[in-house]
Amino acid sequence: MNQLSVQHLLGIKHINKADIDLIFKTADHFKEVINRPIKKVPSLRDITIANLFFENSTRTKLSFELAEKRLSADVINFSASQSSVKKGETLIDTANNILSMKVDLIVMRHPHVGACDFLSKHVNARIVNAGDGTHEHPTQALLDSYSIREKLGSVAGKKIVIVGDILHSRVALSNIYALKLQGAEVKVCGPKTLLPKYIEELGVSIEPNIKKALEWCDVANVLRVQNERMAINYFPSTREYTQLFGINKSLLDSIGKKIVIMHPGPINRGVEITSDVADADQSIILNQVENGVAIRMAVIYLLAEQIKRN
Amino acid sequence: MFGTTMSKKILLNSKEINIILHRLACQLIENHNNFKNTVLIGIQPRGTFLAERLVTILKDEYHISNIEFGQLDITFYRDDFRRREAPLEANKTNINFIVEDKNVVFIDDVLFSGRSIRAALTAIQSFGRPINIELLVLIDRRFSRHLPIQPDYRGRQVDVINEEKVTVNWKERDGKDAVYIINK
Repeated sequence: MNQLSVQHLLGIKHINKADIDLIFKTADHFKEVINRPIKKVPSLRDITIANLFFENSTRTKLSFELAEKRLSADVINFSASQSSVKKGETLIDTANNILSMKVDLIVMRHPHVGACDFLSKHVNARIVNAGDGTHEHPTQALLDSYSIREKLGSVAGKKIVIVGDILHSRVALSNIYALKLQGAEVKVCGPKTLLPKYIEELGVSIEPNIKKALEWCDVANVLRVQNERMAINYFPSTREYTQLFGINKSLLDSIGKKIVIMHPGPINRGVEITSDVADADQSIILNQVENGVAIRMAVIYLLAEQIKRN
Repeated sequence: MFGTTMSKKILLNSKEINIILHRLACQLIENHNNFKNTVLIGIQPRGTFLAERLVTILKDEYHISNIEFGQLDITFYRDDFRRREAPLEANKTNINFIVEDKNVVFIDDVLFSGRSIRAALTAIQSFGRPINIELLVLIDRRFSRHLPIQPDYRGRQVDVINEEKVTVNWKERDGKDAVYIINK
């Protein structure tokens, strides 16, 4: 297997284990490339990529842009706040206008679930989902699994707990798909109001107690409390959330083993994790960021490879 | 393994290869003395076997220690990306040193169109600016170049037509050392 089974990366739900293995294998090579004195390869010099961000992003956008530039692609950036979307242009019109400028691949983040799926059916370009609403964020899940594999040797058989706001988290959903696909055991831990009703249908179990969850797991992937997606109060106060589900050093020291701490960022320091945990040597948060560039290079490279030159 | 229309004839046997490897090692010593400022780079995937063999000979038989040796993969530098039927598969690059101000010797098994070496010339720039770059090949297929690239050290020069393929087998991987010309 040296070709992806899909033409777009819309979500982990649409790919298989062999795809993940291929992406990781390719990312291994790119990780070596980005640690060279000159961190660039010329592979995509005749490919143009548009980054369409209809929702705010810092690290994902930077990471994608860096990945694209490290592959020598031409990159154009678009953010909704400065665009014609404000003037009422539809998504397809925006995308088609950009495609008229001969763009080969679109990386899109959008506040609406399924926006990338919709776009992939209506425009002639490869689509990479950089987060669609509360649905999926596939490259984040891939880089999370890649970081676990790097730290612990493999993902299969490992116990991973995802802590926090599962309901609003595209990172959680993509991670659950990716981890299950690779044979990991997954639990979720968070306030009942922030756990989707049928979450167990995905083959994960619920652990309401943070201490028990940490005692059980090899890796804790701690999610951000997404205040911007909460129109109502899902828990009484931030202070109460921190007391019940926040991870601090003394809690971590009390479980009697060293687990790996992950966070997709941005961190609310002092809310879901304290600074001493985020900066501890068992935290691989910054490795996740570095691996993010390698993973995105791999995804883009493998999709671009399918765009045959004629 | 081979169909009826395919013929396979031996070009070099293991004894001949061994003699050639020793000659190439001596030629390298002639130009690079103690290899103090020289690095050997095997081109992935097939050049690395030849490079490893030469390093072993230089170390064991000519007592040259501390030879800097790396493996360079050129997949991401090739000029036929998106132009091939089957996707390319990358190999490991393993260069733990900077080639700035060094003499670099590229080592590959067969020189054909010269395109791999063109890619390697670009790829090596990621590791610094060498003083000079030389090319060592086991088999030089004459009259088949697409680019103005010629070897500095050659094991054997052969004239084969385009439909023929030259394959190098190595003991470590294929069971015995041999070079074949295969007629498709």
